[in-house]
Amino acid sequence: MPVEASNHAADIDALFFFITDVSVILFLLITVVSVAFLWLYRRKGKALFTSPISHNNRLEITWTIIPTILVFVVFFWGFRSYLDMQVIETDAMEIKVTGKKWFWAFDYPNGVNSVNELVVPEGKPLKFLISSEDVLHSFYIPAFRAKMDAVPNRYSVIGTRPTKQGTFDIFCTEYCGKSHSEMIGKVRVVSTTEYNKWLEEAESGGNVSPAEFGAKLYVSKACATCHSVDGSANTGPTWKGIYGTKHKMADGKEVIVDENYLRQSMLEPNANVVAGYQPVMPTYQGILKDKQIDALIAYIKSLK
Amino acid sequence: MTATQAIGQVAAELQEERNYLNYPKGIWSWLTTVDHKRIGLMYLFSVLLFFFAGGVFALLLRFELIAPGKNIVGPDTYNQLFTLHGAIMVFLFIIPAIPAALGNFVLPIMLGAKDVAFPRLNLLSFYVYVFGATFCLYSLVTGGVDTGWTFYTPYSVETNTNVISMTLGVFILGFSSIFTGMNFIVTIHRLRAPGMTWFNMPLFLWGMYSTSLIQVLATPVLAITLVLLILERVWGIGIFDPAMGGDPVLYQHFFWFYSHPAVYIMILPGMAIISELIATFSHKKIFGYVPIAFSSVAIALVSFIVWGHHMFTSGQSDLAAMIFSFLTFLVGIPSGVKVFNWVATMYKGSLTFQAPMLYTHAFLALFTIGGLTGIYLGALSVDIHLHDTYFVVAHFHYVMMGGTVMAFLGGLHYWWPKMFGRMYSETWATVSAALIFIGFNVTFFPQFIMGAQGMPRRYYTYIDQYQSMHALSTYGTWILGVGFLIMVGYLAMSLINGKKATKNPWFGLTLEWTTASPPPTENFLGNPRQLWGPYDYDRVLMDENGLVTFNPNAPKDDHHANGENGSATSHKRDGKTTTMKQTV
Repeated sequence: MPVEASNHAADIDALFFFITDVSVILFLLITVVSVAFLWLYRRKGKALFTSPISHNNRLEITWTIIPTILVFVVFFWGFRSYLDMQVIETDAMEIKVTGKKWFWAFDYPNGVNSVNELVVPEGKPLKFLISSEDVLHSFYIPAFRAKMDAVPNRYSVIGTRPTKQGTFDIFCTEYCGKSHSEMIGKVRVVSTTEYNKWLEEAESGGNVSPAEFGAKLYVSKACATCHSVDGSANTGPTWKGIYGTKHKMADGKEVIVDENYLRQSMLEPNANVVAGYQPVMPTYQGILKDKQIDALIAYIKSLK
Repeated sequence: MTATQAIGQVAAELQEERNYLNYPKGIWSWLTTVDHKRIGLMYLFSVLLFFFAGGVFALLLRFELIAPGKNIVGPDTYNQLFTLHGAIMVFLFIIPAIPAALGNFVLPIMLGAKDVAFPRLNLLSFYVYVFGATFCLYSLVTGGVDTGWTFYTPYSVETNTNVISMTLGVFILGFSSIFTGMNFIVTIHRLRAPGMTWFNMPLFLWGMYSTSLIQVLATPVLAITLVLLILERVWGIGIFDPAMGGDPVLYQHFFWFYSHPAVYIMILPGMAIISELIATFSHKKIFGYVPIAFSSVAIALVSFIVWGHHMFTSGQSDLAAMIFSFLTFLVGIPSGVKVFNWVATMYKGSLTFQAPMLYTHAFLALFTIGGLTGIYLGALSVDIHLHDTYFVVAHFHYVMMGGTVMAFLGGLHYWWPKMFGRMYSETWATVSAALIFIGFNVTFFPQFIMGAQGMPRRYYTYIDQYQSMHALSTYGTWILGVGFLIMVGYLAMSLINGKKATKNPWFGLTLEWTTASPPPTENFLGNPRQLWGPYDYDRVLMDENGLVTFNPNAPKDDHHANGENGSATSHKRDGKTTTMKQTV
């Protein structure tokens, strides 16, 4: 099992290992008895008449009742820890999680947002409000033992409390198309002071040039999932040398890639799609601030 | 040589001249046949073809997964590969494999009948299968499908791959499945040989009966679901579209309402075969006939009310989750009871280890692991962690491939001599069975481990942490591939120059072993009667030529007293060994 980094992990793991113990014992029992029979009753010589034993009610009852009791134990244990997971603590911080093809967007209570990078303070109860903008996704943090489907036009909720600092994986576990396997984020569990510092920097990018900030956003806002910067082909056009060139659109007209086209492509990505590409990009309306859009444009310009 | 033996030999030679394989002759006589045995063989040929195709897809997609990133195909192709692997294996191979191929061949003979109750419907079912398969193949050559075999909305509505022809194909295949199910139910009710009461039937028939019940009752729901999906795609009726007040999760309820019972359409026939094999190769009366028979029916019934356990993370209510979890544990008990009874059957038997018995033991080990890992997934909180990871992939492959496919292979070897009148090479069969068993475990056991560590399923690429397990799993498929290649080789050799099979090479007691190998078109010469219970190995011995010896020392009223497997006709047992030619 992965590291235990949430308040529910220990109980789930305990049940996991309990089932493992029971299963191993049962499997060994069946195997040992089978192998013993295979050896003891192998045919020696010719086929002959065998024992008329046909049933034994006491045995039947025993091997019905014992497994029934065992699975009832597992059922109650599993149900109880499941109910624990449904409880949202009263002082929980609410984070809106949105799945889109193919990244995770996170909205924090104070208006900050991030993509594919979830930063949370250790020990703070969290409430994830999960939704999707297109098809089904599933929000899964193995280290938290937490998973919930993201359904369009609906909110699903999970509660958890991170108990260990570190960086852990976020996966999408509901198949959602071409880049399903690259819809991978990271959750960083940090101390409260570090968390507050991160909140400040997420907004402005700190003291770096616009192009450098853009390069960071290229990764952190998941542009990198679909657009390359080295000229190689991907789901979307490469950014290398794209600024200033003339491109044929899917509807036949030609467009020069300038600041306005780039801005429109981020906010209304399917208004003008470059010929040869599928209109699959989700909108970044509400995710990218003006300053961030400027930074990304500066970064694209710098890719010659 | 006694007079009866001489007559028997002449009769055998006569049969050899004309059996269902060589008479009537010509391709047209096969294509228009209403003989259940020929239809069974045509089904067998078709499902093996699709098993091969699905297997090739599996090898390709496992090869792609040997390391992260692109190895042989891109993400689009990979997504189509796993979809086609799943859809072909489920709808075109495993659902029809045992009932329509092996079941069609053996069920009427086991009953002592000349054919199924509706022979023409049986042929229609085959052509409907071929028609449905054509749609699936059309979808494959016109760009494929990339939705996964579950066709979840809204993805299946949005994707630009050929979803419609694939779902239409599956829709049509469903009717083929319903026809076969109906036919078997009526046949078992109406065409049992004189002397064969319900509790005197081979357990294979109980399994087929339960399977048929599910096929007839559940498949229409799949049909409705797929029609709704097609309407949604073509006209946007909005039933699964949240923007129009529909609900994508409703699709999952519809889909699993069929597809969970369908899991039992796949495994019950496997269990049915194992009940036959374990008794024959233990040469021992089956232990717990009634519990085994009723557990099949119980599984069939409870299977209808556990579908929600596929949806513990879909946001369904906590109450629903609790009820489905509880019922899921309940449906596990009858499967456990079966395993215990099978093991107990070997007690004081006289065991031999030909290929069918090897596959029986492969089944016992792998199905037990598959069943036990189901407990993890039934437990609500643990399932939240394991849902849609490789743990689930490993679990259902242990049940479906480790269970059903092993039983199918066991059954195929068991009835092979009856089907073709030829023996296969036991040595090569042993080698192949060993490779398949090892290869299977190398392929799928690592998937439990990486699944527990959080590796999600249906991933084209993955983070480095899982690489060693993925590589191991891929190596396993190569061992499996070699095992299956050897099987193709020795089975083909068996058809070309295999040793002639006798009537009853395994010393079985069910009715199919009392007729020639291969049987005549009418199955039996004359009208067979059931003269002993299907598992009366304590008092009846039928040798490979169908010569029967009764046990002079068998206690007199044992069979009627315990109410099981009692022969309908009582025999005089005066303490002397009576040898007689089986009345055929």
